[in-house]
Amino acid sequence: MAKELIRLVDCCMAFDDELVLDHINLYFNDSEFLTLLGPSGCGKTTTLRIIGGFTTPTSGEVLFDGVRMNDIPPHLRQVNTVFQRYALFPHLNVFENVAFGLRIPRTVEENGKKSKKKLPEKEIRQRVLEMLEIVSLKGFENRRISELSGGQQQRVAIARALVNRPKVLLLDEPLAALDLRLRKDMQSELKRIQQQLGITFIYVTHDQEEALAMSDTIVVMDQGKIQQIGTPEDIYNEPKNAFVADFIGESNILDGIMHQDYVVEFFNRKFKCLDKGFQPMEPVDVVIRPEDVDIVPVEKGQLRGTVTAVTFKGVHYDTIVDFKGFKWLIQTTDYHEVGKEIGIVLNPDDIHIMHKSQYSGMFGDYSSYSEEYDEINDPTYIEEEDGNLGGRGDEE
Amino acid sequence: MKNKRSLFALPYVVWMAFFVVIPILLVLFYAFTSAAGGFTLDNFRNMGSYLVVFTHSFELAIIATLVCLIIGYPISYWMAKEGPRFQRIAMVLIMLPMWMNFLLRTYAWMSILENTGLLNRLFAAVGIIDLGNLINGGLNSLCAALNGAFGLSLNTARDTAMTYFQMINTSGAVVLGMVYNYLPFMILPIYSVIVKMDHSLLEAARDLGADSVTTFRRVIFPLSLPGILSGVTMVFVPSVSTFAISRLLGGSSEMLLGNLIEMQFTGTTYDPWLGSAISLVMMVIVVVCMYVMNRFGEGEEQAVML
Repeated sequence: MAKELIRLVDCCMAFDDELVLDHINLYFNDSEFLTLLGPSGCGKTTTLRIIGGFTTPTSGEVLFDGVRMNDIPPHLRQVNTVFQRYALFPHLNVFENVAFGLRIPRTVEENGKKSKKKLPEKEIRQRVLEMLEIVSLKGFENRRISELSGGQQQRVAIARALVNRPKVLLLDEPLAALDLRLRKDMQSELKRIQQQLGITFIYVTHDQEEALAMSDTIVVMDQGKIQQIGTPEDIYNEPKNAFVADFIGESNILDGIMHQDYVVEFFNRKFKCLDKGFQPMEPVDVVIRPEDVDIVPVEKGQLRGTVTAVTFKGVHYDTIVDFKGFKWLIQTTDYHEVGKEIGIVLNPDDIHIMHKSQYSGMFGDYSSYSEEYDEINDPTYIEEEDGNLGGRGDEE
Repeated sequence: MKNKRSLFALPYVVWMAFFVVIPILLVLFYAFTSAAGGFTLDNFRNMGSYLVVFTHSFELAIIATLVCLIIGYPISYWMAKEGPRFQRIAMVLIMLPMWMNFLLRTYAWMSILENTGLLNRLFAAVGIIDLGNLINGGLNSLCAALNGAFGLSLNTARDTAMTYFQMINTSGAVVLGMVYNYLPFMILPIYSVIVKMDHSLLEAARDLGADSVTTFRRVIFPLSLPGILSGVTMVFVPSVSTFAISRLLGGSSEMLLGNLIEMQFTGTTYDPWLGSAISLVMMVIVVVCMYVMNRFGEGEEQAVML
């Protein structure tokens, strides 16, 4: 079993009577890459700030190695943070930025005596240069911060935090300000650094792709509550509710009725599925991922519908199909022209059943497809703090 | 397009030409000419006898600037940390005296500091002056006793009892006047630098292990240097060239550069050639001081202009 480092017990956070965190229970293991994922305003950054010590939870406990840390200020915690806009010191060069934490005298306990000790200059130099090499910034020591590109500033911020050898590194949307290409590069770079140093990364993002690509564990949050915790595969394949299904990847979410174990009914037709443990005749949400649907000639289809829109996406076509007024997104490699009638076949493992939740009926219908896509495809679209649901836009 | 837009600058350019450039050229011209009209360096040679005025002016201006900095920095820092409502009120309070005429404010200080002024009357009323005399009398008899016992010749400055504290017409009064009048010019630039400081920088410092003292020393203070520099400039320059404050609060005993220059133009010792030369030298010294200071803080300034 992995060693547990940090645990949040029943953490609540309220700002002016507004509950930002609602009874969060969560633990963080050693050497784990854990991502807090959710739209802005979901409480993920607040959670991070509680761990970092910048805010104190209204109620609940923050435990580091089982010790209560609620009132311990940030400078006495063994965690370091990479801030969203890097927060590099503009009056110091790269070397001094990275060395900042090392130059602060630490209280050390020797033979029961506490004393403040400074690191020798030689060790500082060695550790800073070593860390700059890890983040691929060798030779940049004497540069001014203003002379660096966004990606380089990002690396300095990471080096500055990691040089203190924290047990846990907190990252608050560290890639949000970078362009797409750089973001992809930094994703693999971050993962490499995390594995190389073997420390825990707690990563906050609203970008589901980023979360899926980097994490060992994903915690999906919304409205101050944890919606689901799991591996990227779990979260994608077995979403717990309509919110998770919609936030992670694309999903068609339909109303269904669970007749018995392994049998679900929707569109007045019974389908075989792999889910069990529901009440007989329980109303459920049915998730069908767009890439799982097979398009077949009409006469062979379990359901038949009409193509209403097609968009070429490179690898596949996004095909919107109207089934009795409910629009599905289907991703296919074959082109089906608008107006064509098609049939589809669903295999039991293409169908995922979820209990009804407060999110039922809010997501998973692609009637508003085009508007939503404009937003996703707009490269200049940047999530605003405290704005609407990030990236996806909330369906009306 | 560009040419058309530069037309907007014309009024200012004309203004500058007439009221800044031409006067400076006139000062230059006068400084190097004699009453007879020929070229001469005599004006600069004759200045030597006024060296003490130069040193005294710079001394008082430096003291006033330091006092402003020592008072102004904590106020600015505190203001910047408080809520926006508090900041607005504090700003109004700091600006409030500026709404009144500069001379009027200085006259007010005169009537406060005078020998029969508000403060002295207050001191007399609460017995502080009597207390001063008592202590002085005690010291005098102590000196006398010691002198008698050991054959020394100790004495205190004052032999006779006083009826007031001498406050007006002292260097201290002049410095007080400078600090009072120019303090807002120290507070405002420092405040605006601190209030604009990125809060996440402070969080980053805390995150990296700095306690609040270290955060101040290694982040807040270095980043507020540009504000300090402009505050120092804005207090030092008017202080070193003032003549109203020194005349009203310093009397005839406190002769500063401003008074010296004024005398050459309006006084009985009419000598605008010498006055221009003194002005020129003062300007050069001030410019050199500012240049050195700005070089000193250059690194930080650039960094903050990011």
